[in-house]
Amino acid sequence: MSRTRMILGRVAQALPVVAGVVVISFLLTRALPGDPAAYFAGPAANEASIAQVREALGLDKPLIQQFFIYVGDLITGNLGQAISTGQPVAADLAARLPASLELTLVALVLSCAIAIPLGILAATRPGTWVDHLCRVIVTAGVSMPTFFTGIVLIYVFYYLAGWAPSPLGRLDFIYLAPPHVSGFYLIDAALAGDWFTWIGALKQLILPATTLALFTLAPIARMTRAAMLTALSSDFIRTARAAGLGRGKVLYAYAFRNALLPVVTTLGMVFSFTLGANVLVEKVFAWPGIGSYAVEALVVSDYAAVQGFVLAMALLFVLLNLVIDIAYALIDPRIGVA
Amino acid sequence: MLSIKDLSVAFQTRKGEVNAVRGISFDVAKGETLGIVGESGSGKSVTSYALMRILDAGGEIRTGEVSYSGQDLRRVTERQMRDIRGSEISMIFQNPRAALNPIRRVGHQIEDVLIRHGRATRRDARAKAIEALEAVRINDPEARYHSYPFELSGGMCQRIVIAIALACDPQLLIADEPTTGLDITTQKAVMDLVSDLTRARGMGMILITHDLGLASQYCDRIVVMKDGQIVEEGDPKRLFTDPKHAYTRGLVDATPRIGATIRGLLPPEIRTAEPQHQVHSRPVLEVVDLVKTYPGKSGPVQAVKGISFEIKAGQSLGLVGESGSGKSTTSEMIVRLQDPTSGNILFDGQDIAATPAARFATHPARRDIQMVFQDATDSLNPRGTAASAIAEPLKRIAGMRGAKAGARVAELADLVGLPQPLLSRFPHQLSGGQKARVGIARAIALEPKLLILDEPTAALDVSIQAIVLNLLVDLRARLGMSYLFVSHDLNVVRLLCDEVLVMKSGEIIERGPAAQIMTEPTHDYTRALVAAAPQPPAEAA
Amino acid sequence: MSDTSLAATPRKGDKTLGHIAYVLKGNPVTLLAFGMLAVFLGCALFGPSLVPYDPLATNAPRALEPPSWAHWFGTDQLGRDVFSRVIVATRLDLTISVAAVAISFAFGSVLGSVAGYWGGWIDAVLNRLLDTIMAFPLFVLAMGVVAALGNTVENIIIATAIINIPFYARLVRAEVNIRRYAGFAQAAKLAGNGDLRVLAVHIFPNALPPMMVQVSLNLGWAILNAAGLSFIGLGVRPPTPEWGIMVAEGANYIVSGEWWMALFPGLWLMLAVFTFNLLGDGLRDIVDPRKRT
Repeated sequence: MSRTRMILGRVAQALPVVAGVVVISFLLTRALPGDPAAYFAGPAANEASIAQVREALGLDKPLIQQFFIYVGDLITGNLGQAISTGQPVAADLAARLPASLELTLVALVLSCAIAIPLGILAATRPGTWVDHLCRVIVTAGVSMPTFFTGIVLIYVFYYLAGWAPSPLGRLDFIYLAPPHVSGFYLIDAALAGDWFTWIGALKQLILPATTLALFTLAPIARMTRAAMLTALSSDFIRTARAAGLGRGKVLYAYAFRNALLPVVTTLGMVFSFTLGANVLVEKVFAWPGIGSYAVEALVVSDYAAVQGFVLAMALLFVLLNLVIDIAYALIDPRIGVA
Repeated sequence: MLSIKDLSVAFQTRKGEVNAVRGISFDVAKGETLGIVGESGSGKSVTSYALMRILDAGGEIRTGEVSYSGQDLRRVTERQMRDIRGSEISMIFQNPRAALNPIRRVGHQIEDVLIRHGRATRRDARAKAIEALEAVRINDPEARYHSYPFELSGGMCQRIVIAIALACDPQLLIADEPTTGLDITTQKAVMDLVSDLTRARGMGMILITHDLGLASQYCDRIVVMKDGQIVEEGDPKRLFTDPKHAYTRGLVDATPRIGATIRGLLPPEIRTAEPQHQVHSRPVLEVVDLVKTYPGKSGPVQAVKGISFEIKAGQSLGLVGESGSGKSTTSEMIVRLQDPTSGNILFDGQDIAATPAARFATHPARRDIQMVFQDATDSLNPRGTAASAIAEPLKRIAGMRGAKAGARVAELADLVGLPQPLLSRFPHQLSGGQKARVGIARAIALEPKLLILDEPTAALDVSIQAIVLNLLVDLRARLGMSYLFVSHDLNVVRLLCDEVLVMKSGEIIERGPAAQIMTEPTHDYTRALVAAAPQPPAEAA
Repeated sequence: MSDTSLAATPRKGDKTLGHIAYVLKGNPVTLLAFGMLAVFLGCALFGPSLVPYDPLATNAPRALEPPSWAHWFGTDQLGRDVFSRVIVATRLDLTISVAAVAISFAFGSVLGSVAGYWGGWIDAVLNRLLDTIMAFPLFVLAMGVVAALGNTVENIIIATAIINIPFYARLVRAEVNIRRYAGFAQAAKLAGNGDLRVLAVHIFPNALPPMMVQVSLNLGWAILNAAGLSFIGLGVRPPTPEWGIMVAEGANYIVSGEWWMALFPGLWLMLAVFTFNLLGDGLRDIVDPRKRT
């Protein structure tokens, strides 16, 4: 009973944040330099036609009024028109979001698969070479700029070794995109039984996902190690050991489940970093995701597109935080009561 | 059944090797309860960790034999040791809520142990776990099975811990300070339970404690440890009436009990005459209808329900109660760290409750009401030296600076018996007793009229407690201070105070002269408190 | 048990300089980190006067030369010496990160202290504000701020500072909250300190050790941020030497095999961030009184 109330409470808490996000993204992009009206009107336009376009776009109205129009549009799902593509921003985003999500999720899965066992291992063998290796990886990983790692990986694996395909997007030109179901090529190709394309999509994913994963490896491993160390030195582990419980039980059912809590919180933060780091990786690998969309839009002061991007990312993140909070409440029975 | 011969345990620390246990030997027979008594650093807990082989990394058994029912516990494999732990030898620790997995239902935690040692299958585990809960006399075991530790009280958590330890019918139970942190009445209930269960099952028990009085009430034999060695052993009555070793004698003397005097707590060679303190007729503090209400989760909670009392100038008043009685809230309101919801606090005739706590720092009466805190470590700023802690009130209230403040700090250090070189140390470089002295020096720096002492010796070893209590007696005679001594320990209160107030659930339920309260309590609750306080065997006439 | 058992002798750890030496000796990694920091500070302070070539001087005939004795890191597409540019860029990047971290440390500490100590509606409002800032993926927010305010170094500093404030605020808030009712805070009130003094002089300094770790991590992030912004064209503009821009320019050439233009600035960048990360634990040990023997 109180769990449901807590969940509803969290949702309610998220609403002012959403409101703040909307306001901030509106203000930021109205402050962008450049005149979108001039851009829309085209190179041959004169003063009068530019003024006409401005009126049509509603850019001549006072800021407050523009804001309310903006909010009204948002509620109907209208994010405006993108200058560079001529498409509705909402459609652009919907088309490009799966690419970014696929990349981020594959990277996260990859890094968790390495970081969490590494963190557990380092915590159970403090002071050994495993522990030191973990520390070195963590510090090095946190130091590496994603754009640089991506470039180095391309240089080594594409230019020197020739193993990786050329970094030109989600699929090499010899493949055809699988029929659209989710937008995730790996899922869509599997659903269509097209294993040839599946492999192709996977090959393109490896380098960018590895680049992102290297970046996210560090905080996850570090937090897992720290949380496991704290859990393992707790009194209740001493009780479990004194009662003769087996190593596996003590480690996983008792220590790790308690260590999960801070790790889950870190995962949320890491996802946020990754959504940001996406921008850089997508540029390096020419990945058609929302990150590169945003960069291109920024360069031409395409206010609707940038706004839509910032808003989408922020809302995604609020949603993610909500999911994490709820997951946390499900793991830890003390939340919502104490 | 258990036989320890010449056991030595050493630890590798940053400062080199530390010998925690240095060649001890003792036996525990079947059905016998052995007490291991010692102050902090004596090695008593390390001994039990060593025989269970759950020493921290860095700790190692250097020499000795540990034989249990014919098996050499030093030689068995880790796997065999895991079989022994929990089903042959069990252990319970202090701080029961922390000893349970916070995110796992208590019923499941009991089942884990049952299943691990083959005492139950998945199907009958639940029934057996509920049986285990019934054995430790928990109300409504079916419902408690589903509880999480944070939903249970400290006493109930300790029962669960005991249930886990006894679930597989071990032969030997090791109890490491199982009652620390529990209320006196809960302490008695838990010790009675453990004692009954172990005797009923014919189990052996090792009770590890710093409280000689507690050990004497529940143990058949006691072993006294100091600095990793055993200095004396024997049955409780003999130890109390005729201690052979000087250290044991010191411990016995320092244990507050009926019949002891405050000077009697100290070793004979430093017993001076007890200075008398004068009690005047005019009151220095009058509390009128004091109320404190908190907004709770399910409605307002009344922590203090309208109490009234007074302290005469020069008098020492004891305030006794268990957790939840409101005694700490009352003392915090009087010292003006908290605001009462209603009521008056008249100090020297002036209502200091009229000034809110947030603004009291600059009130002229600030210097006259001071407090000595319970946890000396927590009450000292980790970033400040002892000297800076003592000088703080001098600087802020009396405006003393530089050499003048330094001279006064040195004077205060002498007064409380703190060696001058220790003044430049940080709190983590000082012992418990030294930190307590710094706290006292700071509190008396401006010679307050009223000193509130909130369990000032609760965290100290018995021998240090004796010294600190006597220091408080000397100071009050010298400086004419009135005391409000808050404590849960009736024995200590009786030694130090002229009169005693007993609080329960926010109300004062009894008031009277200290000696009378202990020997002729009128209220049932006071009677229960007196009965629960462990009393060592009386001295020979 | 004797109460005066701890010998009352003065110790080495009692003096601050002695304590710093103790920390450095005890942990070789920290010593290494401080050494590397000294190198970077040296580059920042003296680099521009000591480098062999003018970082802005172009030399078209000697463009795209691989590393040699004349040009240790090779030359870029305009014939400029990569080594000189990398060293000179140290000053700019370090300035940006130190300034940004200092600003966010100051603001975040004040906000977090106030919220952690007084709680109530101040806390609630601050939390919502921080949540809103943190709702934006950090880099995206930095992009937005720089794009809106303009492509200058000052704006990069402001953007980086804004996105880092929540970390300090949250950390300080948690540390202050734990100590709000601690014995020594109560004792400070009894000694005549008002709320503000208790917070500023007694409680806040105790929050410093964990913050030191955060500060060093943030110095690293701030450099990565600034470089990342420059990489996508926001922020520092060519021909100013800055590590991010240099990697961006070099990226165009890496697929054709001219690796040195991107590698050296990138490695130098990594080394700087690495140094700051290693510093974290060492700084914390120096500031934490409990580490004194």
